Amino acid sequence: MHNHSQHCGAMRQLIVIWGLLLVLTGVTVGISRLDLGALNIWAALGIATGKASLVILFFMHLKEEGRAIGISLLVALATLATFIGLTFFDVLYR
Amino acid sequence: MNPSAQHQDAEGARLGMWLFLFSELLMFGGLFVVFAVYLQRYPAQFADAGRQLSLFFGTGNTVLLLTSSLTVALAFEALRQNRQRLCQGLLGFTILAAGLFLVNKGLEWHAKFQHDLYPGSQTLRQAPAGQELFFGLYYLTTGLHGLHVIFGGVILSWVLVQVRQGRIIATRPTMLENGALYWHLVDVIWIFIFPLYYLLL
Repeated sequence: MHNHSQHCGAMRQLIVIWGLLLVLTGVTVGISRLDLGALNIWAALGIATGKASLVILFFMHLKEEGRAIGISLLVALATLATFIGLTFFDVLYR
Repeated sequence: MNPSAQHQDAEGARLGMWLFLFSELLMFGGLFVVFAVYLQRYPAQFADAGRQLSLFFGTGNTVLLLTSSLTVALAFEALRQNRQRLCQGLLGFTILAAGLFLVNKGLEWHAKFQHDLYPGSQTLRQAPAGQELFFGLYYLTTGLHGLHVIFGGVILSWVLVQVRQGRIIATRPTMLENGALYWHLVDVIWIFIFPLYYLLL
């Protein structure tokens, strides 16, 4: 049988993650109003990566998944990173 | 029917969905790479163009998508707990949020068109080169994302009907689970679109 309190905990956890996502949205809007030079874009990307990780780990249940999905996600992200890296290697040193 | 035909491989179904989502990620990744290259080439023009986007609509739609991502995750949790009515309500809310997102997007695009800001418009042809590139990428990326919002809304509506008819249940949740995964991906992509397009200084 299902454990009721455990299930309520699962819902509460999702709501806490949602709260964190809203806070991070506020932080990214706030930081974007400050002039930090080149740091602005890196802060924006860093916070976006943090938010995406929360969605993937908790909302998409990656934490509960087996190895196959975790490893294939890493392969996909590594492919994307290589694609971005090689593009900039070309564009910046042309 | 023989037993093997009835066999459901929930993990295999999810893995298939994730593989599809990776292909989506790489497709949007291509658009982000193009954006990054031109941002590096025309930083000032991109910032000028980005400032013309509405922070109000951008932030509002971000909150809307994050909340709808929560409600679809809660809908799955409710199904697991056999709370069908709660599950249906949460799915309904998610679909409503998808519709509202599109209404906002429509209003936003409408305002841009009224300000003569669209690819090939007089204003943009006379503006510095980077600005027309920015708006071209803006319409392409948010348009493709908007198509995904439409598909997501349709898929989740279909899931809602299946839950009502008792075809998606706690022991057979795969359709809701995969529909939710798709919806979360739409959210993840927006998480990157928002700061890159709306928050450039």
